[in-house]
Amino acid sequence: MLKTFIVGIVLGVAAAAAALYAYPAVDQHREASIVSVAANGGNIESFHINMPMDRIMVGASGEKQALPTGLKWPADQELKNVRAELFKIRNARDTVIGVASRMSARDGSGEIIDWVLHLPARGSIFVNLRPEALQGGFRRGELQAGSREFAPLGGLMSERWVPNTSGDADAPAGRIELVTTYIRRQETP
Amino acid sequence: MKYLIALFFGLLVGAAIFVIGVIYNPFNSDNGLSPLSVTDSEVIALNFSAVPSEAIVFTNDGDSHVKPFPEKVQQLWEAPIRSSSITATVMRDARGRTAGLGIKFSSESERTRLMKGEAMIDSAWYIYLPGSGSLFIEQFENHWAFLRDVIIPAYRSSADSWKGAWLGDLTAGPGALRTAAVTGGAGSLRGLKMEAVESLSAQAYSVEGGPVAAEGRLLIELPRDTEASESASSGE
Repeated sequence: MLKTFIVGIVLGVAAAAAALYAYPAVDQHREASIVSVAANGGNIESFHINMPMDRIMVGASGEKQALPTGLKWPADQELKNVRAELFKIRNARDTVIGVASRMSARDGSGEIIDWVLHLPARGSIFVNLRPEALQGGFRRGELQAGSREFAPLGGLMSERWVPNTSGDADAPAGRIELVTTYIRRQETP
Repeated sequence: MKYLIALFFGLLVGAAIFVIGVIYNPFNSDNGLSPLSVTDSEVIALNFSAVPSEAIVFTNDGDSHVKPFPEKVQQLWEAPIRSSSITATVMRDARGRTAGLGIKFSSESERTRLMKGEAMIDSAWYIYLPGSGSLFIEQFENHWAFLRDVIIPAYRSSADSWKGAWLGDLTAGPGALRTAAVTGGAGSLRGLKMEAVESLSAQAYSVEGGPVAAEGRLLIELPRDTEASESASSGE
């Protein structure tokens, strides 16, 4: 019986090791990317944010409709001209696939509008937009950096507010449309 | 029948020995000394509270033992973001003055290999420093040492809590020296490529609510003048 017990111990160690090896501790849920090829090179992927349901946080000094309820925005003078927002972001199928932050601030160096898009299964993108709006209400800027899948990519991103005109009672008030164009960065020799 | 019972208990004991072996494996060493702690370059040191209820906003899937804050913040319950969290917090300089605002996105990483002592988190920081500009930090973190030294003892404690002094680096890459990659986005930091290390100092942890007394720190190494001009020109 002792021999059986010892064999059981060895089998137990082996089974636990095999289970830990075979089953990943983390398995991120993935949605298929919806990417199209741009006419003049690169790939295009669009995201959107349904407003106001996808908004997680709106923080700014003096903000009357701060979100979420109970948010205490720091009263520091340094953060007086800062507006930070957090969102859930959706793909073209209207499925939530990630989260994002938008920071707009004004200081001595000028106006800053930065986006960070974080897609858990893929990586993150950091975009710095030019503050002036273009014709059609677009703002555009360059991908400054990315992580994991986005690390070797450069390109552009545009943001645009698209109001909802459907008239449906349950429809969002509108959406923020983010269109990214990815181009593989040239590797420096 | 008695052989089957002996085999069954043997299996249980074997699995328990394996789990204990994985947790206390002496070959899964700590991260060691951060290369930035001995750098002679200029560094930006940013401190922040690692206690969720001291953040401006902290949110996750809502089912974790660390609860979202404020209570009514939207939770990340959708499948693709369920294993992620967001923290927005005030960043303070070495003297405790407000230096800026930081937003951290964290997701459980598929790089996690518990057998190798790697409990990995993929994270990205966005930091805005008024007057200086903005920074993007991408890193993967190894929380194994924190799990082994703080969280497991808290679960084993009859009070469901841990008290002590734990200090360690969380950053485990992507830099070759276990550093995070930093990119300057705007202002005087625009285009700069830098390195950073995030560390955590914990004094108390509760199974019910997560960190009770803990402070995080980001050490960002600024490039030297020649490196700065090179990285800024390549970043343009």
